[in-house]
Amino acid sequence: MLALTAIDAGYGSFQALFGVSLEVRLGEAVAVIGPNGAGKTTLMRVISGLIRPRCGQIVFDDADLLAVPAHRIVDLGIAHVPENRRLFPRMSVEDNLRMGAFTPRARARFHERRAFVFELFPRLQERRRQFAGTLSGGEQQMCAIGRALMSEPKMLLLDEPSAGLAPVIVQQVFALVERIRASGLTVLIVEQNVRQVLRVVDRAYLLEAGAIRSSGNAEELLASKAIHEAYLGV
Amino acid sequence: MFGMFDIYLLEALLSGLLLGGVFALLALGLNLVFGVIDVVWICYAELIMLGMYGMYFLYVTYHLPFLLAALICIGGVGVLGVALHLLVIQPLLGTAPINQLLATGGVLFFLQSAATVLFGIDFRNLGIRLPVLDFAGMYISYARLLAFAAALAGMVALYLFLARSYTGAAIRAIAQDRQIMPLMGVDTRRIYLITSLIGGALAGLASCLLVLQYDVQPFVGLTFGPITFLICVLGGLGNMLGGFLAAFLFAEIISVSGLYLDQEWGYVFGFAVFVVLMFIRPQGLLARRS
Repeated sequence: MLALTAIDAGYGSFQALFGVSLEVRLGEAVAVIGPNGAGKTTLMRVISGLIRPRCGQIVFDDADLLAVPAHRIVDLGIAHVPENRRLFPRMSVEDNLRMGAFTPRARARFHERRAFVFELFPRLQERRRQFAGTLSGGEQQMCAIGRALMSEPKMLLLDEPSAGLAPVIVQQVFALVERIRASGLTVLIVEQNVRQVLRVVDRAYLLEAGAIRSSGNAEELLASKAIHEAYLGV
Repeated sequence: MFGMFDIYLLEALLSGLLLGGVFALLALGLNLVFGVIDVVWICYAELIMLGMYGMYFLYVTYHLPFLLAALICIGGVGVLGVALHLLVIQPLLGTAPINQLLATGGVLFFLQSAATVLFGIDFRNLGIRLPVLDFAGMYISYARLLAFAAALAGMVALYLFLARSYTGAAIRAIAQDRQIMPLMGVDTRRIYLITSLIGGALAGLASCLLVLQYDVQPFVGLTFGPITFLICVLGGLGNMLGGFLAAFLFAEIISVSGLYLDQEWGYVFGFAVFVVLMFIRPQGLLARRS
């Protein structure tokens, strides 16, 4: 469904990704794990078009993403929940969801999509008139995911959904990721919370210093000695 | 004696309210453009000057009805806003903010000089003499009342557009987080063009209203350009609500102090209050940006 081949990317003179290749198949949940500054967020931004790679290839559902302007990528079916949620803080929850449904295709189905999001997150319905900036961290994450779901995506990119949340809320977020998967969505998730994320995904890639170091099934990685020592802190 | 005094004060307050409506309209366009594109149109008042010339030629030379001339003018200055964005702002968007200030400042002098060459320095007006209303012993300028009502209508229309439409939501959103707009499927360049069109159209609306109160000449922008900037800064640049409040505050100061002193002293006093307020709240009345 999504295939990256030999991606080099960076900011200005700084190169963050070196020849990254990665694949996500339809219906899969895949994680990208790795330390801070490994290039995980850059990878997500490259997929959603916020950053253009220097070389390499990205294909999504037979479409060459590099030939598509960034603002058209969401219409192809990729919704990106960015790092730190990036809600519009002085707009209501409802208006944030409206922005998620900006594309003409999603606009036509706004009410239907909103009902779906409110069913998934009843809390958002209660707070629909509140400014998004006044929500708690967990609610903001719900709102950010809800906003992404408004575009009726085929694939969801989640960048550090558990960052900055209290442990009990982190549990809820991962439970949520499982529910989203169950609804048939393909998920690519970037996480530092390695142990938890490996329990909800099928496969994972380990990204270090801008390059893929290893990859495999989630259970294998959970059991692997290297991962254990470096990321699970035994 | 005391009763007479009261009615004059009331008249000044009312007159300040009417003036405030037009100031608010002027500030709104500038604030909208700044909030969305992060660029200050230094030449904003010169767009209004061109609009006033447009009104003059359409109404006096081509004998179009006032309303039709006004509509053409609003659309025309809106297109000028788009042209300003495409020709001057867009090429400089990624560069240091000072470049955009200097460039639009350059456009200010260019437009003033071009108007001087093309139209001469004669003071022109539409020759419309609107009556002065006698309302409960107070004299209210009909032109100001009309300007106030039209400015209010324009602002309400803009508010509804921003609050209800998808494009309006995108305009509000882009002022809060520019970088992630592509993730929403928003083409920021298109939103910038729409914003420039609206900003220009607001200047066009202002020009139709101001042409009823001021003679047109190439430097007429100086009459209200500086005040507009001051109001925007006082309200917190880019903050539309702050600009709205500051417009009325400033207009009342000018109007009421003009009652006790001369009209010119009203402006002096207004600017003095501005300087003091800037010391107290340098970020503007309703601060938003850190």
